[in-house]
Amino acid sequence: MASNAAAAAVVGSPRPLRVRAPVAQGLATMYLGFVVLLPLAALVWRSTRAGGHGFWAAVSAPEAVAALRLTLVAAVIVAAINAVMGTVLAWVLVRDRFVGQGVVNALIDLPFALPTIVAGLTLVALYGPRSPVGVSVAFTRGAVVLALLFVTLPFVVRTVQPTLLELDVEMEEAAASLGAGRLTVFRRIVLPNLVPAILSGVALAYARAIGEFGSVVLITGNLPFKTEVSSVYIYGQIQSGAPGTAAAVSVLLLAISLAVLLLIGAVRRWAWRHGS
Amino acid sequence: MAARYGLRVVGLGYLAVLLVAPVGLVFWRTFEHGFSPAWHAVTTHDARHAFWLTILIALIAVPANTVFGVALALAIVRRRFPGKGLVNAVVDLPLALSPVVVGLALLLLYGRLGWFGPFLERHAIHVVYALPSMILATIFVSLPFVVREVVPVLREIGTEQEQAASTLGASSFQTLVRITLPAIRWAIAYGVVLTTARCLGEFGAVSVVSGHLVGRTETATLYVQDQFEGFDLTGAYAASVLLALIAIGTLVAMNAFRPKEETR
Amino acid sequence: MSIVVREISKSFGDFAALRDVSLEVPTGSLTALLGPSGSGKSTLLRVVAGLERPDAGEVLIAEEDVTGEAPQRRGVGFVFQHYAAFKHMTVYENVAFGLRIRHRPRAEIRERVGELLRLVQLEGFASRYPAQLSGGQRQRMGLARALAVDPKVLLLDEPFGALDARVRKELRAWLRRLHDETRTTTVIVTHDQEEAMEVADRIALMNEGWIEQVGTPRELYERPANEFVMSFVGPVNRVGDAWIRPHDLELCAEPNGTTQEAMVERLVHLGFEVRVELVRDDGAHLSAQVTREEAAALELDVGQIVYVRAVRQTTFTS
Repeated sequence: MASNAAAAAVVGSPRPLRVRAPVAQGLATMYLGFVVLLPLAALVWRSTRAGGHGFWAAVSAPEAVAALRLTLVAAVIVAAINAVMGTVLAWVLVRDRFVGQGVVNALIDLPFALPTIVAGLTLVALYGPRSPVGVSVAFTRGAVVLALLFVTLPFVVRTVQPTLLELDVEMEEAAASLGAGRLTVFRRIVLPNLVPAILSGVALAYARAIGEFGSVVLITGNLPFKTEVSSVYIYGQIQSGAPGTAAAVSVLLLAISLAVLLLIGAVRRWAWRHGS
Repeated sequence: MAARYGLRVVGLGYLAVLLVAPVGLVFWRTFEHGFSPAWHAVTTHDARHAFWLTILIALIAVPANTVFGVALALAIVRRRFPGKGLVNAVVDLPLALSPVVVGLALLLLYGRLGWFGPFLERHAIHVVYALPSMILATIFVSLPFVVREVVPVLREIGTEQEQAASTLGASSFQTLVRITLPAIRWAIAYGVVLTTARCLGEFGAVSVVSGHLVGRTETATLYVQDQFEGFDLTGAYAASVLLALIAIGTLVAMNAFRPKEETR
Repeated sequence: MSIVVREISKSFGDFAALRDVSLEVPTGSLTALLGPSGSGKSTLLRVVAGLERPDAGEVLIAEEDVTGEAPQRRGVGFVFQHYAAFKHMTVYENVAFGLRIRHRPRAEIRERVGELLRLVQLEGFASRYPAQLSGGQRQRMGLARALAVDPKVLLLDEPFGALDARVRKELRAWLRRLHDETRTTTVIVTHDQEEAMEVADRIALMNEGWIEQVGTPRELYERPANEFVMSFVGPVNRVGDAWIRPHDLELCAEPNGTTQEAMVERLVHLGFEVRVELVRDDGAHLSAQVTREEAAALELDVGQIVYVRAVRQTTFTS
């Protein structure tokens, strides 16, 4: 875009114009540090206060381990289901046309806009003990998956939609003219181009699912070793006056979330390089 | 074709079962016995206080995150400084954290046994189990949205308009106010909508730091949980419906301001 | 309002964009900075505008040293290749911008903007948005905007580069007429030698951060300082040490002592002129340019043998 062609190409854009004084930039960074970094520093410090031994004892407590296992497994299941259903929904919203499509498109964002506790409440109402259709998943592990599916609904849909929109229909037409059937076209032409977007959405959904609290709290019954997820376990530890153990498990959970975020970054770079 | 209808049925069916039916049921249950009981349930003293508190927190958190969010976005896109990558990553952190962990972190900083605990106690400043910590928690979890919406737009616009303004004699401030901000106003608007939705819906972090003091430190979301666990289903449902209506309002705003690449 | 640039150097990391460049732009002239990509012409223009800070050297505008000054205070009008239109403002607001921030009275602004829109032939477009204009219209708006604040000098950075060929030619002529009317000292950056030759009073030809030659278009064409200038400014044949312009190659039907034999490979009819592409028996390719009449007189056709000699040639001693 810059008009000094070669120089710009060599070193990037011309020196950025000073739009705001350095003071404003410093203030903004301090805000960030005060709001986000400082509390997290306190968290990490507290988690290590009992030393490596204390940390390990906290995270290897049987209940903590059970909660973590449930959390991670449920998140994987939910990610997998989202990969499929998210793509289906994105497809239906982009490639199909029907009355009320705009409303459906808007509805996808509802799980984001709706408070998680309200989401949990609606699920308990329909799929809990007082279910009018007699279906109850309350107090089961299925409830965890159900709640997580609700809150992670938008992620894959919203990452796949723009990719589908940009996809050059001519590619598919070319394949069809060469004799490829519809399923083949999808498998060999469309899907490979969607995979980076799907993965991106899946990673976001997974990161969200690991930490989810409000929606699972009502419907699962939070039974230790059975339907208790990590966030609920941490909450319980706080209430029991054991912030140290809570901190340790939190830091472990945070480390896992960060690992997933790094994965998102790597996936995005991969996708970008392979021209999505 | 069968495939098209099949996909449509599967997709819409999934949505119906997972999303529409549960939410629809709660709406039904709320108004099952008429509008009046629902209205009464949501206008009790505790309910009104809870909603008022939620709005108050949002009124503080949203402007704060908007102003600093725009400043951060400008710094990230337009300036070079050491640690810029770190700033970028830290902005995204709240999205990767469980809200309960956020609440815990705040407790460990401002709580009685936290870093600032003794200092705050000596000066009788109440942060945890009081409004300030709830505000801080809400700011924390809703921080990324304005930044993330503004950064790509700022990048795309490039600096040429700003350079043109400077050759025409505009000072840095004039350029910012007359050229840069108007150019990103829709991105800011969308970011504000997302931030507001997140603030109004915050539950986990606020649950940890508030102490659940009914009528004092209960937000609307905490109120819902409280009513449910106290077996006041009508109260819980009515409050939920009100929150859901606000959420639907948010959806409308989101669709109005959504950046063009995502719509049909 | 002259521009003087003295010993300007500028590097971007390892890349030396400008090496000790000095140039004088006389008041009221239209000077072109011509050169290939990477020659430093845009960088030099931006240094004059204050959009880049030089590593060394001085910039004087109207005999005042502005080397350390921000762009706001230099009184330059700058026109960008991609228009840099304020997308959220109407044409009127774009052109009025410089006046508005100087807090000129509304009536004065209205009059001045009206005058300028007439000057650039965009009257009636005042309430349109840049997105509703064509590229050529947007660039005319950019010019009006830059002129609105009575700049001491006008700087144009490849202003027609993003436009299609026909619009480019129109705007070139239009710019020249505009300059003749306003007499503002103007510097235009271009990589198109035809554009520079057509539009400018003086050309500074740049290459790899140096200025190779400064002069009128005619001087550069007829008395090039070196091989680079000669080959950049127009088509040229190279035969050993000799550099020969296509129209300086005479074609004869019969040999005489000084001619060389060549075969016609291709004839390109460019309206009034005919370009004759020739090949000698040692494989060297030559390009000659003759008028339609000359081509007809020789009955030129593909495969024909003709006899070629240079009426005029240039050699450079290095």
